[in-house]
Amino acid sequence: MKELLVILIAGALVNNVVLSQFLGICPFLGVSRKLETAAGMGGAVVFVITIASALASAIYTFILTPFHLQYLQTIVFILVIAALVQFVELFLKKYSQGLYKALGVYLPLITTNCAVLGVAIINVNKNYGFIKSVVNGFGTAVGFTIALIIMAGIRERIEYNDITKSFQGSPIVLITAGLMAIAFFGFAGLL
Amino acid sequence: MNKYSERLYNGVIKENPTLVLMLGMCPTLAVTTRAFNGLGMGLTTLVVLMLSNFMISVLRNIISDKIRIPAYIVVIASLVTILQMLLQAYIPALNDSLGIYIPLIVVNCIILGRAESYASKNPPLLSMMDGVGMGLGFTIALTIIGAFREILGNGTIFGLSQITIFNFSISFPKGYEPMSIFVLAPGAFFVLALLTAFQNKMQLPSATNKKGKDCTSGCANCNSQKGGK
Repeated sequence: MKELLVILIAGALVNNVVLSQFLGICPFLGVSRKLETAAGMGGAVVFVITIASALASAIYTFILTPFHLQYLQTIVFILVIAALVQFVELFLKKYSQGLYKALGVYLPLITTNCAVLGVAIINVNKNYGFIKSVVNGFGTAVGFTIALIIMAGIRERIEYNDITKSFQGSPIVLITAGLMAIAFFGFAGLL
Repeated sequence: MNKYSERLYNGVIKENPTLVLMLGMCPTLAVTTRAFNGLGMGLTTLVVLMLSNFMISVLRNIISDKIRIPAYIVVIASLVTILQMLLQAYIPALNDSLGIYIPLIVVNCIILGRAESYASKNPPLLSMMDGVGMGLGFTIALTIIGAFREILGNGTIFGLSQITIFNFSISFPKGYEPMSIFVLAPGAFFVLALLTAFQNKMQLPSATNKKGKDCTSGCANCNSQKGGK
């Protein structure tokens, strides 16, 4: 139990997926303009990454390993993720209109989020079993959501600030991300 | 300029994937801690891009339009897997320092973007040259960013603390104290911020200012905007 908690905290805060591993930079910079959309995107990412890491781990342990096909992991994982995103979208559309309306727009964007594939491969590299993979996936996704929401909050404030002309737009966002990355160094002492 | 060298010019200068289109930001930020890593990542991507553009262009009339994206992804993922195995066998040092970012080349938007917007509409050799041009542009940008971070953060360049050209040697001054923050995670953001600010100031065409198109809203959007070029 304690081990799982360590994996969860390490995934969410210490090795934050955006700020220390640079996965999922595209949505981090693109969807962080408004707090509301950031929260929506975060929810969709938590949902997809958790399911994707469970599925990827199961496929790796029960299909690829027994047949000695580990070298196919990249191809299999990316196909599984692409299919999963489509499937989740269809499923939500049919059975949960409310959730579909909240997450719908963000789902297609997730296929291009390298954090999803990244987590699946990290789980394999670290030899995590099924439960540890799911916990790590969930932790990583929560970390992504935390970073995205903090960033959106800061950006909403930056809107009204007087910034040097050449730093307007993405430069100031990147500087903010850098400062956040420094702040997240502080979590390294947690473990 | 014939149409083959025009592709090289387009990839390196006019539509440089990193500096102008601002695509593939994840590897750009992650692996540029050293100039050598940037160069290695750039060249690996170049090989994948060249071969994937060629393959996709050869198969462009066979692949049905409805399933083209999964088909492209399978081609790209197979090439990346082959390359990863080659790196593991022949350049293990580079494989260790790039680590997880090699399999992640699959989701690099530059590759799928070129497949969708160029290779699927043009003949094989021209597509291959387009891949080489884009790959070279990516390699050059990554190597420059890597060298910049290595000089500031580590006081070396390509792992050397002094450069000797003939009898002439240049080294860092004795009192030079490297700012190690630049090889750590925050440094990547700061360097990219300075780069984009410089582009804004100089009014250079880039996705981050009004002269280029806004690509920050996700790779998929951006690639469809760029389609048809």
